[in-house]
Amino acid sequence: MARQLRLSSPASASSLFNRLQLDDDLEADVRDLYASTETRDLFVTVDDPKKHVSTMETYITYRVSTKTTRIEFDLPEYCVRRRYQDFDWLRIKLEDSQPTHLIPPLPEKFVMKGVVDRFSEEFVETRMKALDKFLKRVADHPVLSFNPHLNAFLSVKDLNKRQGLALLTKVGESVKHVAGGYKLRARPAEFCAMGEYLDTFSQKLGTIDRIAQRILKEQSEYLTELREYGTVYSSWATSEEELQRPLEGVASCVKTCCGALEDQSESMSQDFLPVLREYVLYIESMKNVLRKRDQTQAEYEGRLEAAILRKQEDRTPMPVEVEKCQDKVECFNADLKADWERWQSNKRQDFKQLLTGMADRNINHYEKCQAAWESLITLLQDKQTEDKTSETN
Amino acid sequence: MAEDGKEESVATDDESDHTAADGTGSLNNTMVEEGSTLLRRMEICVAEAEKRSGKNAVNMQETFTVYLIETRPMDAVVEGRNPAPDALWRRYSEFELLRNYLIVTYPYIVVPPLPEKRAEFVWHKLSADNMDPDFVERRRVGLENFLLRVASHPVLSNDQILYHFLTEEHGWKEVVYETGFQAKADSRLRALSATFRVRNPDKRFMEMKHYSDELQSHTSQLLRARARVADRLYGVYKVHGNYGRVFSEWSAIEKEMGDGLQSAGHHMDAYAASIDDILEEEEHYADQMKEYLFYAEALRLVSEHEPMMIFSLLWQSSVQKHELTQFELEMASQDLISKKQQREELATGIVRTLKLLEELIAEGEETVKEKTLECEEHVEKAWVDMQRFKEQKDKDLREALINYAVMQISMCKKGIQVWGNAKECFLKM
Repeated sequence: MARQLRLSSPASASSLFNRLQLDDDLEADVRDLYASTETRDLFVTVDDPKKHVSTMETYITYRVSTKTTRIEFDLPEYCVRRRYQDFDWLRIKLEDSQPTHLIPPLPEKFVMKGVVDRFSEEFVETRMKALDKFLKRVADHPVLSFNPHLNAFLSVKDLNKRQGLALLTKVGESVKHVAGGYKLRARPAEFCAMGEYLDTFSQKLGTIDRIAQRILKEQSEYLTELREYGTVYSSWATSEEELQRPLEGVASCVKTCCGALEDQSESMSQDFLPVLREYVLYIESMKNVLRKRDQTQAEYEGRLEAAILRKQEDRTPMPVEVEKCQDKVECFNADLKADWERWQSNKRQDFKQLLTGMADRNINHYEKCQAAWESLITLLQDKQTEDKTSETN
Repeated sequence: MAEDGKEESVATDDESDHTAADGTGSLNNTMVEEGSTLLRRMEICVAEAEKRSGKNAVNMQETFTVYLIETRPMDAVVEGRNPAPDALWRRYSEFELLRNYLIVTYPYIVVPPLPEKRAEFVWHKLSADNMDPDFVERRRVGLENFLLRVASHPVLSNDQILYHFLTEEHGWKEVVYETGFQAKADSRLRALSATFRVRNPDKRFMEMKHYSDELQSHTSQLLRARARVADRLYGVYKVHGNYGRVFSEWSAIEKEMGDGLQSAGHHMDAYAASIDDILEEEEHYADQMKEYLFYAEALRLVSEHEPMMIFSLLWQSSVQKHELTQFELEMASQDLISKKQQREELATGIVRTLKLLEELIAEGEETVKEKTLECEEHVEKAWVDMQRFKEQKDKDLREALINYAVMQISMCKKGIQVWGNAKECFLKM
């Protein structure tokens, strides 16, 4: 099945991959992660969240805009509205139809009502960014972007009719196409390495998440004390004459610093943590694909073994199924290797951006604070020279 | 107040062989006085601190710290000669004795405070242990600051007991006790004046007392809040050290990203470590605030001295006229007995009053005349010194605030540098 798909798609994985090779000039494209050479011909964006209230339910839709020169699309531009359910549908369809490929993850589907406000600006904003990223990754993928389900998702006005279902049953990942009960003999070293890498990486990301959360907590407690500290200066100022302005100046500086830190904390919470968590989901997806690959290989080995035994018994030729399995394994391995390289490359870009963003936020915070204190010194020292000149007179 | 360059050179912070107390910077502006203060004639510093062991008053072994006071004649210093300083060792309790003597002997002077006896307003990392080297060092600086302030005060600097404190190691204590200052303390009157209020005290002094309460309250609030802030800030910085470790571990499984991550990790470690120096420096600011917290107490004593003197006058004359009942009535008219708690205080106060009454009758009429004159003089002197104190305080605290802002800027610059370095590493990933 995989091989069929490869033939029908206009570009095989490897050749398309070469065509869409990510620019190694990372400096220029730090922001635009998915910018590549001029051969990109499909651009998608998710924005403009809107709340819909019906008798049955309330939900959010997002505008999905597409610009493309591909002939697989009837029009050069599309603009449709989609809700989370629709993205979920797309992802499942992609997984089912492209089992050998790594499908990017979606943000968490279920949120506990009462714990998280599904309609708060923050939540919607964060979710929207993740959906945008998901779609961009799919659109950027040399094979996935040609998937007919993606085409439908991007172009069809009313997806429900096309889907033919009002209720969505989430099919468990990766169960369908694997024949059960086969045990893997020997996993090729490179896939072992991938698995180990993913395990360790996932662990490290988890640690970073915990550290970041801890920092946010410490900062929050610091902020509480700092605010109180600022008010002490204000209140002291009321009982002073000469010192009133200096003391109020300090109070004001402290307040500015509080504001700057609040901004930094909010930014960490909204921009840093979600991306980190998304990568953890991404890694889980990847591990699943590796497992699928293992199972495909196991199936092949199992059938091969059985076929050899039978051949020895009654001299029947190698069954077609076994050859098909072999094909499957080879395709899977090739696709996976290509996807792995691309994933590593994207990961490098993503984390570079994520961490430089974190550094920038901290620099920004300190710059604001420094400016506040510097202007206070100017104020205080002006007064000093004023005093000195008035004294000598 | 004229300031000329010569006055500036009196400050010991110009001397490179002394570790300058942070207070000496501000002393430049407040040391200038009319008349010749001790500090103009003599260079003073508290150069060192040492641990000693010995037997105490109840014959128990104890460890304590002594401080080396070095003095040199100022004319020798100015002329460029470099004579060896005279030196003697004193412990904290001797400084306390000196200060108590000054407070009692000059009740109209706001006497400079000593550094704190025990470490207070500590944030968690700072040791509250008196033997801790950082505490001892800060105390050394505080003691030097005390001596410099006293020796540059127009009134206090002329005191002989002070001079002996600086120049005679042995026998000084006996000389102090011989002055009989403890008898003068008249804590009896103090105890009573705390319970009873005086009718029509001088409004200026009441305002000063009120201000001293405010100053005390605000400085102590500030110190407490600052300690809590320091504690929290410490936590924020230290947690970043965890990034150092995890980046290092992560870099081990990466190819191209490895170097960048590893180096960034080192910068995170540096960031976490930087808070120690930052907070250590901030202790100097806390010490400056503490000085004024304790100064507030000294100011309060002076502001209470005047009403106390009037009180003692009233009392003396009542006693002389044997008009105890009249006196009691005067007290009652101050509306104290309307409140239950004060009623009880009044009851115990009256018992004490009767006891002290007997003692004071014995002192006779001469005392009344003496006290009246004293009172008038003191009130004027107190007012002058409170003004001097006010100006000193305004200048010192303004400078302290400027220094604080400078420290904050330095902290920000360090932060920008570290994160800038980390960013460089991230960009190389």
